[in-house]
Amino acid sequence: MTSEARRARLTAGARWSALAILAAAALLFPVVFSNPVVTNYGVFALIFVTAASAWNIFSGFSGYISLGQAVFFGSGAYAVGIAARDWHVTGTAVFGLLPLAAAVGAAIAVPFGLVALRVRRHTFIVITIAVFFIFQLMAFNFSFTGGSSGLPAPFLPWQAATYNDPFYYIALACAVGIITLAWLIRRARFGLHLRAIRDDEDRARGLGVRAMRVKLAAFTLSGAVTGLIGGVWFLYLTQVEPQTGFDPLFDLSIVLMAFLGGLGTVAGPVLGALIIEPGQLYLTVRFTNGYYGEILLGALFLVVVLFVPRGIIPTGGEWIRKLTTRGRSALPSAAPAEVAPELRDPASSGPRGGVG
Amino acid sequence: MSVLLRTEGVHKSYGGVQALEECTVQIDEGTIAGLIGPNGSGKTTLFNVITGYAKADAGEVYLSDRKITNSAPDKVFASGIGRTFQLTRIFPSLTVMENMLVPCRGTRAADRKRAMEQLEFVGIAGYHAALAGTLSYGQRKLLELAYVLVADPAIILLDEPAGGVNLSLVNNIADRIRELNAAGKTFLIVEHNMEFVMGLCDQVTVLDSGTVVATGPPDIVRTDRRVLDAYLGEDIGEAEDNPDSVEGP
Repeated sequence: MTSEARRARLTAGARWSALAILAAAALLFPVVFSNPVVTNYGVFALIFVTAASAWNIFSGFSGYISLGQAVFFGSGAYAVGIAARDWHVTGTAVFGLLPLAAAVGAAIAVPFGLVALRVRRHTFIVITIAVFFIFQLMAFNFSFTGGSSGLPAPFLPWQAATYNDPFYYIALACAVGIITLAWLIRRARFGLHLRAIRDDEDRARGLGVRAMRVKLAAFTLSGAVTGLIGGVWFLYLTQVEPQTGFDPLFDLSIVLMAFLGGLGTVAGPVLGALIIEPGQLYLTVRFTNGYYGEILLGALFLVVVLFVPRGIIPTGGEWIRKLTTRGRSALPSAAPAEVAPELRDPASSGPRGGVG
Repeated sequence: MSVLLRTEGVHKSYGGVQALEECTVQIDEGTIAGLIGPNGSGKTTLFNVITGYAKADAGEVYLSDRKITNSAPDKVFASGIGRTFQLTRIFPSLTVMENMLVPCRGTRAADRKRAMEQLEFVGIAGYHAALAGTLSYGQRKLLELAYVLVADPAIILLDEPAGGVNLSLVNNIADRIRELNAAGKTFLIVEHNMEFVMGLCDQVTVLDSGTVVATGPPDIVRTDRRVLDAYLGEDIGEAEDNPDSVEGP
């Protein structure tokens, strides 16, 4: 076995071992930390892992930064609330409405995407913000949404000491599902096309990529998952109001989570959510003035964009690679025999520099 | 020999500037055709109109008698036209292999094998795992050619393939084009390097101010008075007095 193959095998082994440890830790978390205050952190962290990963499979992979993801989140929450109220769904049967939350998220994403995805960059961002405010205003003003009072969730007759545990495992299932989905997408042709669109959409179209179709599919998938987790969040909090369901800070938070961890990577939004959401909750509990947390969130956003613009995962990966290669380039350092001599000659490198 | 690609009376203007006017070009199957002309003569605009990146104001574009006028770029590509750009456009955050897989039907082993064959053909297979953004300018040119080739289009439009690369790489690119053409591939090449065009092409079309001024074999075209006019202005005598001012074989 060559040293490279041995190293690859070791890396794969280490990866699977780390994954197994993480899975065990996630499963045992409510058992080890049975205090509801602690499991509450876990539930919110997993809700945001799901939301940030769902945002990432569209915005992170395609480069279209959406600031209107709360549209799906709030709509999912309201869909469950309205359906439970109007169809008189009570008790644990209310969890059967979660697929409806996903369907509503997807159904909203299609017309939303058909309008917003015709434009790019800052114009796209502005449209997503505009749609977000339209939805928030609708929630405030329509009677079926309960107006400014919002909607209560059906009562769940569970013990207070273990009330959080079922929500923890539901949120964990959602998080594992979206992480697996993101991993599969990134490896598939669909993900490749999304990343090609991020680099150069026009060029991708010229190579046969049906850009609108690909973007819309990712946007719809992202909307469905965000709607679903919005439904879970509503049942956990037992209430939704226009300013909490359609919260601009929700959008800011999930974008920051993805940026902090690593935009467009699978692990990045997960890591970002696991750092930021418990941190935010802690600050809210620690300081009676809730605005401290928001000020710190804004400051953290600035620090991330200025000093770790690529996020922890890509930057950390680069540092590790530099350490393991002891400063040598990890890219192919010498051209193989079949490469034409001029490609090996540094002098022949163009204005942007060569590989070797 | 059948006509593979043809434009008929194509007009295109940008604001008040007439980029193409009554532009009619035809490319025979299995040939290497050149498209030359001074800067601003409409060469790249014609490429853009053919490949769907710009909409023609009037006129038609046909590929093997199938009308493709103003089709979207992805549809033009699917119909069998691949192109490269004057300023190389690759996907810098993807690896070289991932770049190759973008135009493929899938990402399975067979697609990877075909992609690797094309990378070997252009001579950059050793970089398949490197990020495309780390390649040199010349390597990017080769990568762009390779990922167009992997989709096996009926005709390949190359926009200044020799632009900004050193002589040995220019020869390398020319050799690859000749090999592909010998295997039956059709090319339409925009290029300012006259030696490259005249040495490679079976037929050359000259554009000036968006209009075709001459078409024919390289030997005929390079002595055409209208071509000299287009490149050097009306004062042919001056050009004849100073033959070095025209790039030629």
